[in-house]
Amino acid sequence: MLRWINRLTQNGKFHPMWIVLATSAIAVVAAMIAVPAIYEGAKEPKKPSPVAVKQIPAAANLPEPDSGQHDLKPAPAGVQAVHFTPPAESEMPSGEFGDTVKLGRNIFVHTQTYAKGFVGNGLNCVNCHLDAGRKADATPLWAAYVKFPAYRDKNKKVNSYEDRLAGCFRFSMNGTAPDYNSKEMIALTTYSYWLAKGAPTGVELAGRGYPKLENPPLAPDTTRGATVYQANCALCHGADGLGTKVNGQYAFPPLWGSDSFNAGAGMHSVKNAAAFIKANMPLGKGNSLSLQEAWDVAQFVDTHDRPADPRGK
Amino acid sequence: MSTHANASYADAQAGAAITKNGTGAATACMQCHGANGEGQATGGFPRLAGQGRNYLVKQLTDFKAKSRINPLMQPIANTLTTAQINDVADYYASLPGWKPAASPVPDTAQTARGAQLTHRGNWDKGMPACFACHGENGAGIAPHFPAIAGQRATYIAKQLKNWQAGTRSNDPQGLMKAVADKLSADDISAISAYLENPK
Ligand code: HEC
Ligand code: HEC
Ligand code: HEC
Ligand code: HEC
Repeated sequence: MLRWINRLTQNGKFHPMWIVLATSAIAVVAAMIAVPAIYEGAKEPKKPSPVAVKQIPAAANLPEPDSGQHDLKPAPAGVQAVHFTPPAESEMPSGEFGDTVKLGRNIFVHTQTYAKGFVGNGLNCVNCHLDAGRKADATPLWAAYVKFPAYRDKNKKVNSYEDRLAGCFRFSMNGTAPDYNSKEMIALTTYSYWLAKGAPTGVELAGRGYPKLENPPLAPDTTRGATVYQANCALCHGADGLGTKVNGQYAFPPLWGSDSFNAGAGMHSVKNAAAFIKANMPLGKGNSLSLQEAWDVAQFVDTHDRPADPRGK
Repeated sequence: MSTHANASYADAQAGAAITKNGTGAATACMQCHGANGEGQATGGFPRLAGQGRNYLVKQLTDFKAKSRINPLMQPIANTLTTAQINDVADYYASLPGWKPAASPVPDTAQTARGAQLTHRGNWDKGMPACFACHGENGAGIAPHFPAIAGQRATYIAKQLKNWQAGTRSNDPQGLMKAVADKLSADDISAISAYLENPK
């Protein structure tokens, strides 16, 4: 083989680069065949496979926020992201394991009731992780679960999944994380594990984090943002941004003020907030705002007063 | 009692009179909406008792301004003054809202589907739960989101189809249109059946 190549090269008819190109082409084709084949094997009989390979542009390309709370690494452009659908709620198992899955769901959706002692604001986890942590493009739990433990630049060490949950308790919920062995942490981890049932570990799943958001044509502007806010957001979140309460609980969560996320939270990065808002707000009308409107309104939201970053930043 | 409370009590009294006797120009509301604002199962006459005050005022104002169209309600709303609109809204809002049945209605496949859409939504199509906007138990989120629990099935189905067809378009920001467009005909039947008696 080598001698043959040498001969061709010396004849000036062949450049070794062709070998590299041909080999990579074969590898790509092989991967496209092999990846679905692996998950076909894992699926339960007679059920449609939840896993299929889909070409999506640069999945979960999340930037570093000002706070450094998150660190989802941008995937290289055009990378193969694996598509995954979490099990339906009706498939939740029974028994003690199932009870813990259900408790995890309850803590996630009704954090104010099931984990009140660890929360320092008026929010529930589900307010930012829509559909009980299931919705793609709203930082779904199943996509997060399979990517931990992970090295994080924030604290320069390998972080466990519990470390990541703790981050959202501390910043997004402006509270204190429950002990890693507490029933709350175990239940949240169990719920995430169950949602990720059948997903490959260590793989970037399509829909993780938020879809990559281009930079806006104009620099984000608070004044324009205020106009976007009054027209599209005030109906639910209130003209004052403080949310709407029914019977003492927030039906529409506060976007700023003492009951909202603190200044160290991922949502306090304008880029994260813009990406979340573009894909998910107004509720039920995701992707209806223009790119510019999403950035402007995110800038407007994040310039308001809120609880301080507990790290004193 | 403050003068304000007195005034609002008097308004509701005046409103009650309109619902029972009409205004001369307007037919008595109870003829279509029931003696206590409970609506009617047939005919698509909605329940008004316990509905949010702001929502009721908005609908009557919208009928008057032709931004909501209905051949039965329009001529009636046209005759009402702003003061009369406030009075009837005060009165209906002061009546008790819908309460869950003491003995729960048994589930069917249809109501189970209705419950799923109502409490969880259909995120595959990007549709939030109905109760995300209409309140934890469908009792509404004042001032903009009306109660829908206990509403007449015929009426709910008709409104959802109106939004799909574009014949009702007075919803703020097109929020209900966005929802209705994600419902199939079966979804609408299931939701309407469930919402008449939700859990
Ligand atoms: C105010 C909005 C907000 C709330 C409330 C919130 N989070 Fe988050 N969460 C985020 C944002 C934004 C990210 C992604 C960006 C980042 O890492 O900062 C995130 C990331 C995560 C991740 C990692 C996702 C991944 O793919 O790596 C997990 C797990 C998580 N949150 C769990 C929770 C839990 C559990 C709660 C409730 C105790 C919660 N979050 C409450 C905004 C929120
Ligand atoms: C129809 C009501 C509605 C409208 C309109 C709406 N939102 Fe929301 N928003 C919600 C609800 C409900 C949630 C919580 C979702 C959940 O718990 O499932 C939410 C959550 C959020 C969150 C994360 C939670 C928090 O408190 O920070 C942000 C940020 C947000 N909305 C911003 C916006 C912006 C900006 C707009 C306008 C472009 C907007 N929303 C329009 C209902 C609405
Ligand atoms: C001839 C029958 C009739 C009479 C009398 C009548 N209504 Fe109506 N009303 C209707 C119908 C039918 C609708 C539903 C319209 C639709 O389908 O859009 C309606 C709708 C309404 C609505 C909107 C309800 C909602 O949930 O959006 C209000 C408010 C209302 N009527 C108030 C009144 C008041 C106040 C009176 C008395 C002054 C009155 N109606 C008299 C037939 C009637
Ligand atoms: C994103 C918020 C939102 C969601 C989700 C939502 N609605 Fe609505 N809905 C509204 C608003 C706002 C109005 C009031 C429209 C108006 O002011 O005329 C409304 C009005 C209605 C009405 C008319 C009530 C009346 O008395 O005439 C019905 C019926 C209704 N919604 C049913 C539903 C159903 C069923 C679902 C779930 C499939 C749903 N809605 C989900 C926002 C929402």
